[in-house]
Amino acid sequence: MPRVVKTERLAPNTFLMVVDSADVARKCQPGQFVMVMPDENGERIPLNIADWDRERGQVSVVFLSLGTTTRKLSRLKAGAELPVFAGPLGKPVEIARFGTVLLVGGCYGPGALLPIASAMKKAGNRVVVLTEAKAPNLLYWQEELGRACDRLLRLTGRRGAGREDEREPFMGAEVAGIVKEEKVDRVMVIGCTHLMASVAEATGPLGVKTTVMLNPIMLDGTGMCGACRVSVAGRTCFACVDGPEFDGHKVDWDELHLRRKAYLDHELESLCRWEKKNYP
Amino acid sequence: MSDKSKLSPETESRLKASFNLEWRKELRARIPVKERLEIGRREMPARGHERVRDFLEVNQGLSVEEAVLEAKRCLDCGRPSCVSGCPVGIDIPGFIKLIEAGEFAASARKLRETNSLPAVCGRVCPQETQCEQVCNVAKTTGVPVAIGNLERFAADLAMRSGTFASLERTAAPTGKKAAVVGAGPAGLTVAGELAKLGHSVTVFEALHQPGGVLVYGIPEFRLPNRILWAECGLLERLGVEFRMNFIVGKTATIEDLRADGYEAFFIGTGAGLPNFMNIPGENLAGIYSANEYLTRVNLLRACEFPVADTPVFRGKRTAVVGGGNVALDSVRTARRLGAEKAMIIYRRSRVEMPARAEEVRHAEEEGVEFHFLTVPIRYIGDSRGRVAAVECQRMELGEPDASGRRKPVPVPGSEFTLEVDVVVVAIGQSPNPLIPQTTSGLKVGRWGNIEVDPETMATSLPGVFAGGDIVRGGATVILAMGDGRRAAAAMDRYLCEKR
Repeated sequence: MPRVVKTERLAPNTFLMVVDSADVARKCQPGQFVMVMPDENGERIPLNIADWDRERGQVSVVFLSLGTTTRKLSRLKAGAELPVFAGPLGKPVEIARFGTVLLVGGCYGPGALLPIASAMKKAGNRVVVLTEAKAPNLLYWQEELGRACDRLLRLTGRRGAGREDEREPFMGAEVAGIVKEEKVDRVMVIGCTHLMASVAEATGPLGVKTTVMLNPIMLDGTGMCGACRVSVAGRTCFACVDGPEFDGHKVDWDELHLRRKAYLDHELESLCRWEKKNYP
Repeated sequence: MSDKSKLSPETESRLKASFNLEWRKELRARIPVKERLEIGRREMPARGHERVRDFLEVNQGLSVEEAVLEAKRCLDCGRPSCVSGCPVGIDIPGFIKLIEAGEFAASARKLRETNSLPAVCGRVCPQETQCEQVCNVAKTTGVPVAIGNLERFAADLAMRSGTFASLERTAAPTGKKAAVVGAGPAGLTVAGELAKLGHSVTVFEALHQPGGVLVYGIPEFRLPNRILWAECGLLERLGVEFRMNFIVGKTATIEDLRADGYEAFFIGTGAGLPNFMNIPGENLAGIYSANEYLTRVNLLRACEFPVADTPVFRGKRTAVVGGGNVALDSVRTARRLGAEKAMIIYRRSRVEMPARAEEVRHAEEEGVEFHFLTVPIRYIGDSRGRVAAVECQRMELGEPDASGRRKPVPVPGSEFTLEVDVVVVAIGQSPNPLIPQTTSGLKVGRWGNIEVDPETMATSLPGVFAGGDIVRGGATVILAMGDGRRAAAAMDRYLCEKR
């Protein structure tokens, strides 16, 4: 079984985990993901591949510690065996010489963006990275991202108060500003659904192609169950095999929001139970 | 659908040879035919109504006495039609007469000569459309010999007694490496056959546990997973290497594996692509493909949530769309998850249902509701985006379609609504596209099925063979296993010819 090499806290709620997985390290490309299960009773969840060392046969993932599974992962020590660490899955992101690309990341997004930024830069693009967080202490990998791009921007601060499904004017205005200033040819957003939807909404009127890394619930990750189905341009696609990168202007965001929240009650029950057990 | 095999001259003479053995003649003479025909078919003991509260196996297996008595019903015909009813030509009278003679281990060994997974097939084969359909006893008395139940008896007893603690390699190591893609029935069969012949076999499996549809699809109450673990244990002792969490086509391609020294390949990746109806509302939360629903419960143990972390919706009113074994497995699972109303919605009538007769009967006993000649036309959701109802249409049967079954035709004005909180779409599975999409030169048919030579199971790529659902679309375990046997024989010839 693949073994954990180390787990490290990058920010109060964000972790890095390095795993011995020569098979995945050998093959993975920017934008791909792995399915991970922390223990024999665990769930299978998808995590973006954030970094890799092909010689040492190691793969890194960056994740938000939120529910039971990511909490369990964040507490794994060196040597822990993972019943599942399978991949690389999904189609790699489209890397080409677009001109100037803007990569926007929030939550686990900056982690996923690191290899994409490097690849985009190598392909001859001017790469601008915008990392977003609620507060400055939640930012991470600023140095690493800075080295991988031409211009690193930070956006922190409180979002507009109100309902979770309100579009975010603050972030949208920022992105629109950068797109105009840098004459951006291509935007890519990775992070929570809300972030991706807001940025796509802001870039729509600007006519700049925007791709997003969709994050529906997944079960197997190889296209055999349809749990991760999303509607893009009116068609149902499986995010695990047709994506996870999709055209952000064609996504049915409302449907994705609702499908992602389908198990909220279960998630809360599971987390409460886990917390009672681990913090008696 | 079943492939009734024509008996080859070799099979005919093999059957005749064992038919003419002294002990067989003597056994036949012991009880007159008339007496044998008077023995009623022994009932398979099944758990009572409490079984809907758990996932434990429903059928309990024949006792030794009952099995021997059932075995006596078999007339040991001079012309055993049952054998031609079996897709792989098992010597049915051969194994049954060994049970009558009390030679249970020998009976299991006889089964294993042709069937690599007898404990599985005894449970899941649709005997009523295969061997038992053409049984000569059925022609006389109307009730066939319980061939499936006897196969299960012999296989289970052998497993408990450790008869197969060590399968035998029949050949010295050849030093040749073979890659099997997919640890389902086809792949496991190929692995066993090639390992016995001395080849070095690695089975690559995308999931974290082997067994394929036998483990993620068929529920515990029909086929306990421990049977698969036992079979895989036997294979490991034969020297087969299992590499889990390895998705051929992603983790490595066939070409990558060739570079690693594998010389022959078997693709047994199955029909792991769920079919949806593409009707409005199908992406509402609470609507599952049967693959997802069953995988959550059977593989990820969502029935044990929150002890297991994977959840599944425990609908109170669960509707399953479809009429095959997968649909029946799903609806019986829904009952066990607490559905007060567990419903089948099927577009044809009961007689056209392709599901195994015993599954339908068990489902009826378990309180499943059947809505025949009905088709969903759209799903209605609540404010949370969760399915709340399904609008259906009644159908009537018109002219037969390509499959020979009468085509369902909508009845105008017959729309009605059913309240549901969970829906499982079990209308069929298609071949998983991953290998065809990542292996250049692999010839694939219209429905995504890999095209093969029917005798050798060879694909368009040299050294690459395929079998099971990836070739046939959703079919049966015994057909997958038969494909595996043919492929292994051809792969062995291919490997030996490569010097």
